[in-house]
Amino acid sequence: MTPILKVNNLKTYFKTSSGLAKAVDGVSFEIPKGGTFALVGESGSGKSITALSIIQLVPEPAGYIAGGEVILNGTDIVPLDERKKREIRGNKISMIFQEPMTSLNPVFTIGDQVMEAIVLHQDKSRTEAKRAAIEMLDKVQLPDPERLFNEYPHRLSGGQRQRVMIAMALACKPDLLIADEPTTALDVTIQEEILKLIREMKAQTGTAILLITHNMALVYQNADVVGVMYAGKLVEVAPGKALFRNPMHPYTVKLLRSIPGHEKRGKALDTIAGTVPPATSYPKGCHFAGRCPREMEGCAMIEPPLTEWAPGHQAACHLYDAAFMSQPHSRPLRQEPDILPPLTVPPAEREALLEVKGLKTWYPIKKGVLKRTVGFVKAVDGIDIDVKKGSTLALVGESGCGKTTAGKSILQLIRPTAGEIVFKGRDLSSLKERELKSHRSLLQIIFQDPYSSLNPRLTVRETIEEGLKAVRPGMKREERIEKVASVMERVGLSPEMMARYPHEFSGGQRQRIGIARALAVDPEFIVCDEAVSALDVSVQAQILNLLKSIQRDFGLSFLFITHDLSVVEYIADEVAVMYAGKIVERAPTAEIFSNPKNDYTKKLLSAVPRIDERLVSGWRLPGHDILKQD
Amino acid sequence: MPVILATDLIVYFLAAAIVYFAFSVMGEGIAARAWAGIRTNRLALVCMAVLFVYFSIALLDSVRYRDRVFDDSGRHALTEKGEAIYSPQALSLLDRALSDLRTNTEKSYSAPFARYLFTKESVELPNGEAVRDYPAMKHPGAHWLGTDKVGNDVLFSAIKGVRTAIVIGAGTTLIMVPFAIFFGVIAGYYGGLIDDIVQYIYTTLASIPGVLLIVAFMLLFGTSGYQGGLISQSQISLSFFVLNERLFWLALILGITSWTDLCRLIRGETLKLRELEYVQASRAFGVSKPGIIARHIVPNVMHLVLITFVLQFSGLVLAEAILSYIGIGVGPQMGSWGNMINTARLELSRDPIVWWNLFAAFVFMFSLVLPANIFGDAVRDALDPRLRTGKGWH
Repeated sequence: MTPILKVNNLKTYFKTSSGLAKAVDGVSFEIPKGGTFALVGESGSGKSITALSIIQLVPEPAGYIAGGEVILNGTDIVPLDERKKREIRGNKISMIFQEPMTSLNPVFTIGDQVMEAIVLHQDKSRTEAKRAAIEMLDKVQLPDPERLFNEYPHRLSGGQRQRVMIAMALACKPDLLIADEPTTALDVTIQEEILKLIREMKAQTGTAILLITHNMALVYQNADVVGVMYAGKLVEVAPGKALFRNPMHPYTVKLLRSIPGHEKRGKALDTIAGTVPPATSYPKGCHFAGRCPREMEGCAMIEPPLTEWAPGHQAACHLYDAAFMSQPHSRPLRQEPDILPPLTVPPAEREALLEVKGLKTWYPIKKGVLKRTVGFVKAVDGIDIDVKKGSTLALVGESGCGKTTAGKSILQLIRPTAGEIVFKGRDLSSLKERELKSHRSLLQIIFQDPYSSLNPRLTVRETIEEGLKAVRPGMKREERIEKVASVMERVGLSPEMMARYPHEFSGGQRQRIGIARALAVDPEFIVCDEAVSALDVSVQAQILNLLKSIQRDFGLSFLFITHDLSVVEYIADEVAVMYAGKIVERAPTAEIFSNPKNDYTKKLLSAVPRIDERLVSGWRLPGHDILKQD
Repeated sequence: MPVILATDLIVYFLAAAIVYFAFSVMGEGIAARAWAGIRTNRLALVCMAVLFVYFSIALLDSVRYRDRVFDDSGRHALTEKGEAIYSPQALSLLDRALSDLRTNTEKSYSAPFARYLFTKESVELPNGEAVRDYPAMKHPGAHWLGTDKVGNDVLFSAIKGVRTAIVIGAGTTLIMVPFAIFFGVIAGYYGGLIDDIVQYIYTTLASIPGVLLIVAFMLLFGTSGYQGGLISQSQISLSFFVLNERLFWLALILGITSWTDLCRLIRGETLKLRELEYVQASRAFGVSKPGIIARHIVPNVMHLVLITFVLQFSGLVLAEAILSYIGIGVGPQMGSWGNMINTARLELSRDPIVWWNLFAAFVFMFSLVLPANIFGDAVRDALDPRLRTGKGWH
């Protein structure tokens, strides 16, 4: 059977001021009718550019397709002229994007937007198109499609908008649907519904799906075939289950082992040394060579082709190549151990460091000329939690449930409406701003976005120093610099980087700077507000390891605010589930995951995509002697 | 006897600021960082040199004194009480340096480098016969940019316009920027009642048509003000200081009417910045509100100030031209490009057209505004650490 889509040695380059960036550097794969191909990789691996190249929407003029073929139903669409390409887009290939909030035009009704594609590509009158559009809205299980047809996008929730996007994408019954991170911006319970919908639509129409994601568990549950992308190249392609049963490429193994989860509690997560090389200067051979735990002498020079080593299972690695391994350049350069070091935190103390009783943070809704208060948004509506010294409490919940407000209210960054926050025996909420000042340094916060959390105009030293200046005004300059150097070293940054500006660092390094900033004032309690959510999984693993190790070394207590339950399973001692401003369930981590009592908790936990945990222990780095073992 | 105009103080202040920055470049503050960025940017250096020349002209034109009057016998004239008498004309150093240009006037229009006047007149030949012809000029070829209707050198007028433009452009900005930053930042950061009050003030100001406000203000204060040329005794206070000066009132009212836009921009940006996480982190350390404003807010709104400054500069120079047209500008005797453009309206409707007045004003204005723009951009980029390494997409 001929595949719907065949991508052949696709190369998409970008002209940049620092040279030619090979964003996609020779990618080949195919998708059969009704198949789902998942492209996974960390940010910057080139997976989104691959998608844009397939739909012929490479951002011009900087980017261009430098070579290769994109064969759709037997025709190469790269050389077609723009008019023909437009006929294909939205008709034969359609795409749904990550951000449902911005992918619909707010000034047109839902109906107009769904109809647009139908009128454009199908020879239908407006009444027929309207009927077809309503039918599509019904198919994606939106309630009351007739009424929705005349609604504007702002009246819809994120999940509903994504359904509209899917309706638009599937309106013309495309041969191929590209879903670029379709659920990343959505809550986990909605994610599950959207993916179910995509699966059902696929079963109905036979549309092939290219699923682009960084979420491995999502891939495990949804993909027929998986392609792992690294630095512009596919390093491994295998049927979904085979990849997770027996990952071959060292990168894939490392990536899988860096995913947090309860199986890995008490151990460090696997991390990948170094950073992804810039797209302008890839090594001549294997792009992963410089970071590979099994690098051999020839790896950086000789490119490993993507070769099928087991039925349907391709990997681009010299380790499996008998001819390469018999040569002298197969001498190992690096030989990392396969076993991960333990990383345990001593058990928490009995006494509570922080007790929150009946915390309420309400925002007044004001109306009219006199700004009368007509009601309240009850962001946090009476929560009780306590955090024991040296332990981690995870506050989980979906977006808008009030968990971030709760964290900021505890730190008194937002003054709560009511309730007590007792920290070391003193109620913080009753303190005046001046009295609070002496407590400030003991309670710190680490933020989600490593980009907006650092002032771009201050050097790293100035950033870390700020807290010291505020908390210990009497400290001498030399002492301060010494302290900054020591915390930088502690979080794994070289103190020589002190004079640099934030933009010179990667996301992970910025997050380390944020941690160093909090650590500099010797806190006892840190709120981690989605502290690892914006990071790639391998970087996330490094930061989680770092957080655990500083907890161990300094006896810190964490309030870990997150929506990512695999992180919770890995790091938290206790979990509090928050829903609509209230805590619905609180229990030790193991208990809540094995035996949730509240209905909402059950729904939340069952929606989380999971990789079969029996597979986890089987993820082993291939040895240099892998061929001899067989 | 020295004479100091109110606007001279603005120029002196600018000069002091330039000297201050020149010295602080050697330290390691913001000025040094900016200089490090500009030093490697050749275009910015050229623009800086051009701006420096312009500013030097303005400064020379802002140092003025009155000469003593001589009596018929060639001695200093004295009043009956034996006090010295000073000329009502306060000539600046620039006037004195360019006294040839200033005094070599013709009868009327003459084209650049012309040897004969531009219009025919009845010329008496040596034989007593009168013919209509182009009369010979008194200073043939001396006027590089021609002369205007009353025979004044256009190059000199254009050079005299430099000070006016710099006072209007920079002076107005100096008056407005502190207000805009202060009110914008406190409105955005503190919110609540302060925000309401600031918004109320600038909405009210912005809802009054600017021109109307300027006209009313100028008619109230500006009519009796010094407007170039001779100084009357009543305009002088403290025997050497002239506060009542039209140009000063103009800069003041333009400043009062133009800070609202920048203030609104800064308030909006501050609203965004105050929610950013580095500000939250700073609050978690217990840093005071003024401390946060100084470290995190003001440096991150300065790009708006620079952009507004360079964009408004040309607008302000043009505003001066418009106001001169309706007779409430700086006055015809104080050289200004606005006046030159204004008179050019009639000159362009002549046939053949008299183009050099407009041309001179245009060239001088263009070569001030363009370098100011480029230099402003260069300063902004140099102050932005994200752009300093010059890295692109990667």
